[in-house]
Amino acid sequence: MIVIGFIGFAIKQSFGDPIREITGVSVSVEERNKLREELGLNDPFLVQFSRFIKGAMHGDIGRSFFYKKSALKVILSKAPATLELVFCSALIIVLFSIPLGIYSAINPRSIFSRIIMGGSTLGVSIPVFLTAILMIYIFSVELHWLPSYGRGETINLGGWRTGLLTLDGLKHLIMPSIALSSIMLPLFIRLIRSEMMEVLQNDYIKYAWAKGLAPRRVFIVHAFKNTLLPVITVGGVQLGTMIAFTILTETVFQWQGMGFMFIEAVERGDAPLMVAYLVVVGLIFVIVNTLVDVIYGLVNPQVRITGRK
Amino acid sequence: MQHLLEVKDLSVEFALRTGALRAVRNVSFTLNKGERLGLVGESGAGKSVTGFSIIKLISQPGYISGGSILFEGKDLAKMSSEGIRNIRGNRISMIFQDPMMTLNPVLTIGTQMTETVLAHMDVSYKEAEKIALEKLKKVYIPSPRKRLAQYPHEFSGGMRQRIVIAISLLTEPSLIIADEPTTALDVTIQAEIMDLLLELCQTDDMGLILITHDLAVVSEVTERIAVMYAGSIVETGLTSEVTMNPAHPYTKGLIAALPQSGGAGDRLTQIPGAMPSLINMPSGCPFHSRCTICTDICKVEVPQLEANKSGTLVACHHADK
Ligand SMILES: Nc1ncnc2c1ncn2[C@@H]1O[C@H](COP(=O)(O)OP(=O)(O)O)[C@@H](O)[C@H]1O
Ligand SMILES: [Mg+2]
Repeated sequence: MIVIGFIGFAIKQSFGDPIREITGVSVSVEERNKLREELGLNDPFLVQFSRFIKGAMHGDIGRSFFYKKSALKVILSKAPATLELVFCSALIIVLFSIPLGIYSAINPRSIFSRIIMGGSTLGVSIPVFLTAILMIYIFSVELHWLPSYGRGETINLGGWRTGLLTLDGLKHLIMPSIALSSIMLPLFIRLIRSEMMEVLQNDYIKYAWAKGLAPRRVFIVHAFKNTLLPVITVGGVQLGTMIAFTILTETVFQWQGMGFMFIEAVERGDAPLMVAYLVVVGLIFVIVNTLVDVIYGLVNPQVRITGRK
Repeated sequence: MQHLLEVKDLSVEFALRTGALRAVRNVSFTLNKGERLGLVGESGAGKSVTGFSIIKLISQPGYISGGSILFEGKDLAKMSSEGIRNIRGNRISMIFQDPMMTLNPVLTIGTQMTETVLAHMDVSYKEAEKIALEKLKKVYIPSPRKRLAQYPHEFSGGMRQRIVIAISLLTEPSLIIADEPTTALDVTIQAEIMDLLLELCQTDDMGLILITHDLAVVSEVTERIAVMYAGSIVETGLTSEVTMNPAHPYTKGLIAALPQSGGAGDRLTQIPGAMPSLINMPSGCPFHSRCTICTDICKVEVPQLEANKSGTLVACHHADK
């Protein structure tokens, strides 16, 4: 988190001169220097940095030049759109990767497994924006089934604008969330498959068969539970990467989320907003990693024991 | 009298890219109710594959290529996977080599015990737990109730193997196949586990196939012995007879290699050479290249198992008939 704060601060420092933004060109050098002194911009680097961190602790990252509002407020108003998109993609990934991964690990030679593996190779190698544009072309332009941009109708739930509760909102969600999951889903299928195949080599699986257990029990209880451990670890990291992919997806679908806002902020040179984005994304990383650790502990008895002591 | 187990001409092959690897070659043996048989031979001889193929648990790309396995009157070799599942862990239990690897690390001992009971008996979870407790007591696990909630890594190696033995007893099987059950354990614990296994087999009148390369253990625990070499049984008979008067040169070599057989200061004798490849077996007797009494006939003709005067079956051209 400190590292993120540091990077954010460095960007703020290097991105243009805030004085010029505030004052314009007509002000004399002397006046500029005076203002700079007042704002504390001539203080040593570390002093400025600690002031920045102190502000960030209180949720004050700076004001957006463009929106003329607190950068944090701007980003928080955009967060629901992104989070809903990520949530739906994660749901798609979990719902499909687990059964497909398990199936192709158990029957590596079957035709269906080969199709899954072939498809996932293809899926990984097609970039997100191409998948997105292809989908827009097929389902919006040609077939007119699905809307191609925006969030559609949203409902305000105590400050959280959700698109999950209206049919129109859900329709708008379909393509962006498929596009967003198009890279991670194949990766997860492959990950689950390879981890599970490795687990199936273990003696305890052979022993489970020797005990006369039903196939479902051997595969789900004995094999998949052990497969979960490495998948959770990698999964946590990948969920963070998915946030990065939201920038792409949101831009293509003009999805009014944090990623889209970030691109706009970069175009406008709106440094405080960029920093705010980095800080919020960093925060999400930290939360996700903590959650992953907690879930890992729930599955792995060894961690649980050491935790108890 | 009907045998508990009658294995006849059993062959197991692995379909490898380099060719068919015949790991088990026309192996035949029988086991009576409550009888204990030792299966010995050096590593790679096909002991494990023979043991596992009895419950048709051969890893890919292996398969039973011939023969029959009559168990309690039914041929397991021809049985459906559904049918064999009813035998596994129910009528025939297995004990694996390394208890560290056998128990599932993410499931409690209680789960791993009760699931076996529930898979084979029509009882409630409570009753299954009661059976598990009873068997844990039988293998002398202290405070068994507390143990049910624990995970494998909370136990020592010897304790884990006791638990595996307890699991094998859950459904009161008539046959236990133990594949090197003490090899992975500390030397001090090995005898303890072997004694326990012997005691349980005797009190419950269970049959035992003990796979090991330790002839000393076999002579203590088993009544009959089968010596395997390169996928075939080369000598089989009463354990006492075979260990006292080995007839096959390979068995003689194995016994000569035992530490206690020579006087103090004697050098250990080892059988020179290595077992031939199971993919490209040389002609004649599989042991001829390492044999000290090899003659011309040994290089061309495969010797068959034949009874000698003391009743032991030996596959050697030069054994006394
Ligand atoms: N899964 C497998 N794939 C290929 N070959 C195997 C496999 N399992 C066993 N074998 C071969 O079968 C032979 C006998 O192995 P095994 O029964 O484990 O010997 P051991 O007498 O030491 O228990 C070995 O030569 C081994 O290479
Ligand atoms: Mg073995």
